[in-house]
Amino acid sequence: MPSWPSETKYISHDVLRIDAPEKVSGRARYASDIQANGWLYGMILRSKWPAATITKINLEPALKIPGIKAAITVQDGERTIRFYGEELAAVAGATKQACLDALRAIQVEARPKPSFVVNEDIAKAQDAPRVWEDSPNTTTPQVHEHGDVDKAFGECAAVSEGFYTTPVQLHNAMETHGSTVSWTDDGVTAWASTQGIASVRDGLAGALRLDHSRVRAITEYMGGGFGAKFGAGVEGVLAARLSQAAKAPVRLMLTRFDEALAVGNRPSSFQRIKIGAKADGTLHAFQMDNYGTPGIGAGAATAGGGGAEIPAPYIYRVPNVRVKQVGVAVNAGSARAFRAPGRPPASFGIESALDDLATKMGMDPLELRLKNDPSEIRRREYKLGAEKFGWKQKYKKPGGSPGIVKTGVGCGGSEWGGGGSRYTQAEAQINPDGSVELRLGVQDIGTGTRTVIAVVAAEMLGLKPEQITVKVGDTQYPPGPGSGGSTTCASVSPTVYDVCNNALAELQKRTGVADARGDNWFAACKKLGVTPLVVQGKWQDGLSSSGTGGVQFAEVEVDTETGLVTVKKITAVHDCGLIVDKLTAESQINGGIIMGMGYALYEERVMDNLSGVVLNPNFETYKLPNIADVPDIDVILLNMPERGVIGIGEPATIPAAAAIGNAVANALGVRVGSLPITPAKVLAALGKVPKPVASAT
Amino acid sequence: MKKPEPEVFGAHSRRTFLKSLGTVAVTAAASRAQSVAAELEKVNGEQTVGPGPVPVTLNVNGKPLKLQLEPRVTLLDALRNYSSLTGAKEGCDRAACGACTVLLDNLPIYACQKLAIEAQGHEITTVEGLAKNGRLTKVQEAFVAKDATMCGYCTPGFVMSLTALLQKNPQPSADEVRHACAGNLCRCGTQPRVLEAALQAAGVAAARTTHTEVMDYA
Repeated sequence: MPSWPSETKYISHDVLRIDAPEKVSGRARYASDIQANGWLYGMILRSKWPAATITKINLEPALKIPGIKAAITVQDGERTIRFYGEELAAVAGATKQACLDALRAIQVEARPKPSFVVNEDIAKAQDAPRVWEDSPNTTTPQVHEHGDVDKAFGECAAVSEGFYTTPVQLHNAMETHGSTVSWTDDGVTAWASTQGIASVRDGLAGALRLDHSRVRAITEYMGGGFGAKFGAGVEGVLAARLSQAAKAPVRLMLTRFDEALAVGNRPSSFQRIKIGAKADGTLHAFQMDNYGTPGIGAGAATAGGGGAEIPAPYIYRVPNVRVKQVGVAVNAGSARAFRAPGRPPASFGIESALDDLATKMGMDPLELRLKNDPSEIRRREYKLGAEKFGWKQKYKKPGGSPGIVKTGVGCGGSEWGGGGSRYTQAEAQINPDGSVELRLGVQDIGTGTRTVIAVVAAEMLGLKPEQITVKVGDTQYPPGPGSGGSTTCASVSPTVYDVCNNALAELQKRTGVADARGDNWFAACKKLGVTPLVVQGKWQDGLSSSGTGGVQFAEVEVDTETGLVTVKKITAVHDCGLIVDKLTAESQINGGIIMGMGYALYEERVMDNLSGVVLNPNFETYKLPNIADVPDIDVILLNMPERGVIGIGEPATIPAAAAIGNAVANALGVRVGSLPITPAKVLAALGKVPKPVASAT
Repeated sequence: MKKPEPEVFGAHSRRTFLKSLGTVAVTAAASRAQSVAAELEKVNGEQTVGPGPVPVTLNVNGKPLKLQLEPRVTLLDALRNYSSLTGAKEGCDRAACGACTVLLDNLPIYACQKLAIEAQGHEITTVEGLAKNGRLTKVQEAFVAKDATMCGYCTPGFVMSLTALLQKNPQPSADEVRHACAGNLCRCGTQPRVLEAALQAAGVAAARTTHTEVMDYA
């Protein structure tokens, strides 16, 4: 079984991101920066109706606009539209201005449906307008039950009931979805803003009926994805078809407005939780009724509301459990994977319920977790984190903070799978001048994949990371996984380990140098003569694992006159096995916490029941955390090198909202059970303003 | 292409607006009449251009950039789509995200909110114009050293905002850095390290924002 070296020069140390100089200087070319020879601008016309039958689309007026080279419909003939913003047609032209004029010129004839539904509570009703004609808006309830829940609640010393809700969250990566696609007689090349180059290639090949070998996807740099950027997408296929029609490359990037409508979101959740414990605090019974919406469904296979279920009671093991969940279809864009799918809402629900139970029992909520958390690693993390955070000094009984601006503390835990893809492959080219090129068909979505590859290669070859040229983001390189599920680091690290070992063995064979590493490197490579050495490698078992977690503590200030919540401090303790690059691992955790803070306090897609439109498809009204909102962050990385490499991107974002929500409840002495925790909800919880009218009424 | 009627546009033009405003303003606010009259004189001297492409010369990174642009083309559009200067990014195209930040006469502006024709006669600096002979500036170096980039799409905007700040205020406080970056959004979560990078670039003792330690589990 292979193993990582115990003494390391680069692995587990701070190594600077190798592509940072490209990014800070503007040299990095993102998908949206591609200027292929003779490129055209592409744009999409979207439905202004949330539900309609499209009867006719007249593209002729658009084609008459000077500069317009192609105009196409998504689909010929009559078709049904199920959400505001669904794609209808697309144009390609010499300038953005020409495309804007052309979109206005397209004539669409439609029969708008008299009724539609964008609200979960309304959609659940028996007589609600159907999103899909042939199926009800709610899925068949997914029920999970073990033990005897009704009897068990009778055996509890304390029972707490609560209603915890989370909103539809938008990914809103800084670079929008899209690509530049060139379709010529030689095949299709797509420069895509994607988390999965292979999924773009396969998706385009399938949609365009081409062999995979005729499609190439390239992603040198891309501006964030968070789960929403897999596959070719409607926009990618439209770009390809426009390219074919216009006989020129087409760059089709979505607008920020488009991003809120049709390219994914995190489903909402409405969790009615009842939880009970024995007198010593041991959890004994758990019951949850949950519903949420993934829009029209999380993909064609789940038409009718599938894809909104969450794990419950998530990280806890309770002997008597009854969980019932339904997904609710509404006339809105489909959900997609979003950084730790299902977990942030699950974490918010269960951790809130746990704190409310602790309050009822007069127990310190940290004690309740130490009592019930089944993970030995996480219990250790709670203890380390509590000490670092100063839990003992900071914790007061709920509502115990004096004054107008109250402080509070809270915590929560996370669990994630991860693990590497065993099909990952790599190629290394060692040149006679000693330069090294590594080629992997993965992509760096900003997590530091390029740097991780360089770190492992430098360690294995006895070189410096900057001596390694890393080539990723091209389907012509050996295959690798999409960047999802926090699996990339655990996929590439063992693979690079293997290809470097193979390179060293091959180098010895070719040159006779017994150990070519470090100081011997250049002399050994010189002996290659004029032919570079090219070797292959593949993922090896034993160098990575899955199953990771972490805990986070939050300290907040809540102004009881304005309702404003300010996060003062987050202490995060996470384990990710063998840390590959400490610097980029910390950045991942910072990022996870900040995204979780947005989920806790600011972010929510808002839809209008009467018109069916998204009301906040922009950054002025869909609020992201800003630099001034970001608190002090303390991170403890629990090093467990014996476990091998484990990804950290997703577990880091899971418990932040739960910890912040609990801190707010601790400060106020009353629970705000609904994310995002806006000033209006805080004031309503305090009885200072009327409670918001339930959306269903 | 159906071109907009000039009369329709004229009816809502700044010129007409100022003319009507002028008569009211002169009587209502004598102290401001002077400036209104001066402004009137200026706009009366302006030529109406467009809607077709017109020659535009931009001074970008010390070099003239000669383009044919419709007057409605923004500075960001001109840079990204009519030249190869794609360093300024488009994140929202409506003055909310700051990814398109460039310097106009050393002041940070959203390039998506300035028409290219209005940017003529000004010195425009984009992120590509900062490094001289391939040498990164202090701000850029600090971004590398502090790992203040993740996906990097927002990075040029932050770099430009902070470059402008340090030109004006070489030793900013942490709050002044936060204020300077208030118009820049990042989704990956680089903000703590942007702050640290800015303070490092300024040579100011780093305010502690994040702190990491590694503990062995065993």
